[in-house]
Amino acid sequence: MWAEAIILTVITAATPLALAALGELVTERSGVLNLGVEGMMAVGAVTAFAVAVTTGSGAAGILAGAMAGAALSLIFAFLTITLATNQVATGLALTLFGLGISGVIGDGFVGISRPPLPQLEIPGLSDLPLVGRILFRQDAMVYLSIALTAGVWWFLSRSRQGLKLRAVGDSHASAHALGLNVMLTRYLAVMFGGACAGLGGAYLSLAYTPMWIDDMTAGRGWIALALVVFATWMPWRLLAGAYLFGAITILQFHAQGAGIGLPSQLMSSLPYLATIVALVLISGRGRLALRHTPLSLGKSFVPER
Amino acid sequence: MQPSVDPSSPSPPPLIETVALTKHFGSVTANDGIDIAVRAGEIHALLGENGAGKSTLVKMLFGVLQPTSGEIRWEGEPVILDSPAGAQALGIGMVFQHFSLFEALTVAENVAFALPDTMPLRQIAAEVREISESYGLPLDPHAPMHRLSVGERQRVEIVRCLMRQPKLIILDEPTSVLTPQETEGLFETLERLKREGRAVLYISHRLSEVKRLCDTATVLRQGRKVATCDPRQETPGSLARMMIGSEVREVKPAPAHELGPVRLSVDRLSWRKPEVQSVALRDVSLEVRGGEILGVAGVAGNGQEELFQALAGFFTSAPDAIRIDGRDVGKLDVNTRRRLGAAFVPEQRMGEAAVGELHLSENTFLSLHASEDLAPRGWLAMSRARAITRRVIERFDVRAGSADPLASTLSGGNLQKYVVGRELSRSPGVLVVNQPTWGVDAGAATMIRQALIDLAAAGSAVVVISQDLDEIYEVSDRIAAISHGRLSAARPVRELTVETLGLMMAGAESGEAAHAP
Repeated sequence: MWAEAIILTVITAATPLALAALGELVTERSGVLNLGVEGMMAVGAVTAFAVAVTTGSGAAGILAGAMAGAALSLIFAFLTITLATNQVATGLALTLFGLGISGVIGDGFVGISRPPLPQLEIPGLSDLPLVGRILFRQDAMVYLSIALTAGVWWFLSRSRQGLKLRAVGDSHASAHALGLNVMLTRYLAVMFGGACAGLGGAYLSLAYTPMWIDDMTAGRGWIALALVVFATWMPWRLLAGAYLFGAITILQFHAQGAGIGLPSQLMSSLPYLATIVALVLISGRGRLALRHTPLSLGKSFVPER
Repeated sequence: MQPSVDPSSPSPPPLIETVALTKHFGSVTANDGIDIAVRAGEIHALLGENGAGKSTLVKMLFGVLQPTSGEIRWEGEPVILDSPAGAQALGIGMVFQHFSLFEALTVAENVAFALPDTMPLRQIAAEVREISESYGLPLDPHAPMHRLSVGERQRVEIVRCLMRQPKLIILDEPTSVLTPQETEGLFETLERLKREGRAVLYISHRLSEVKRLCDTATVLRQGRKVATCDPRQETPGSLARMMIGSEVREVKPAPAHELGPVRLSVDRLSWRKPEVQSVALRDVSLEVRGGEILGVAGVAGNGQEELFQALAGFFTSAPDAIRIDGRDVGKLDVNTRRRLGAAFVPEQRMGEAAVGELHLSENTFLSLHASEDLAPRGWLAMSRARAITRRVIERFDVRAGSADPLASTLSGGNLQKYVVGRELSRSPGVLVVNQPTWGVDAGAATMIRQALIDLAAAGSAVVVISQDLDEIYEVSDRIAAISHGRLSAARPVRELTVETLGLMMAGAESGEAAHAP
């Protein structure tokens, strides 16, 4: 029972990371580095919560969260793709903007609470011993995150459109010379990334802790960014990474609860320390890690005229 | 499938034709009123020096660039080519000088972009195999691109182009990256395309190739068309005069001189950069004596950059792996090596050898501040830097708008004369130069080569890394070839035929093992 409870909380901690990171993976595979994940998650979280409270519908909230994330990413896309601004600076600005505006929108919603998203029960299966609750009694977004991982994997490695997206990320000049639409591909990839970050945010405010407080994303956007590198831009590895980081987050809660004699501040910083360690380990393995690195990542594309 | 030429019609319109085609980039006129006509079933050469406007012209023919004014006609009808996709739809295919390939994808995936989305990858792989073999360009469709040699990459480009059955194939300097043997193979493919009734527009500045292969030649100079001729009726000399506009000066060989002691030696140097697309140096050894020039030939991307960086001290190696005048320098940095009398000229003149936003005198500080003590106690000795710069400008005839211009305002050839001249101004005991005349006009190239020969004749040891075989043969006393990061033994230039050098460049150690893959 005790292990089951831990695993269930690990899943809830991992799902927002997986959703946001999957979107960023697609964005980066197209050659765009969007450091605004944290901001898009915050806006997704507050919009989802506001809409869910106002309409009373969790589904409407989820949809609104995704749309809000996509809308914010559209600003980023216009600046970095059409106006070819610096992606790093623009992404950082997007995060600051997103965190700020989420506070403004959420002002009237602080202190309200609503029930978490319902768990989907599958009669029979959900009551199986050991795995029943873990595998067959999650909320819809947990299943969505896994389906999305499969979908992104299939799209990138099996579909022709995915091949085009990888080509644009690999060399935008070559892609343009071959007649691929670099701009459109990147707009769509950035907006998919924004929608996914919005979903991740929606999960935080509707399922993880069903309420709104300022700064509730608490750095998860940055962990999602690191996860993409950690996973070397591969979807299944990314999902595994999200669960690993989810586990570290939960573990530090339990360790604190069990009264392990380390300062709580140090324990809370564990997921972030783990992120740094993971990035160091990855960058040490040069060629293996870099095989899927989009070579145009972070570079602006300005076609010759 | 194949375009047919009807022999009964008296004079079909040219396949593609331009009328007074003009392209401005800001205040620069890259193409000025160019008329060119390419007919089906001919190999048409587009000749010109670097910067003559060849690439601009073909980019307009392929829809990558839009003309400022003028007209393009396809089979007699005016057309507007506003994108590569539009040009491809008409039947124009292009093989780029700088490859438009994707490192992370396989051969078949790279080719897939030329084909309709509905064709499954399995079928594409099968067709790649079939077409590549039928044209004598064998390829493994499932090989990842980053494992392929430069010659194989070019095959991918050509096969991708052929998969669409184009009527006109444009090749931009296709042989500049090939070994002589690979060039032969390419020529056979082009002859076959010609027999099939396709047109080939062949861009080159290699006159002997053009004379051998092409039916017609259009010569560009400074953005203008200067002649259309039958290259078989011309001599390389007359073609060169058309390209350059004046007689070509010849390099004078060094007078007979004694060789001195070994001034630069490399002993079993191995190194790999931590980046994906880098070539590992493997057991590289060489010796250069005072008074001689060692030419390092090789196809692009075989470790030339890495070899240069090792010699120049961009990274360190075992202390005794590199020796200058008998001293171990493997662990020493660039400036310390310079103080020992060595000088280095990297391949990229803008960005590596010079900074565009700085004046030439400031650029002089960049490479000479340590060896010439231009910054005593941290203060810049401006007047001495200006004096050195002035001497370089005079001696190497650097054409500049002012006494101390910004580096970015110089043309490529003049900047190259400056960056080479800056190092030569110190009369270095050891000089390592990578691609000394890349993208430089013939006059400047002759001057730079002559300066290198004169430096060696005065007792210095010189290493010239170059992909230009004519240059290698012109300046070198001994030639070694670099292939996949391995350097062959150096052989005296008089004993080395181009064929043997070609095999060495392809990786056959002695040049005798004729089993090219």
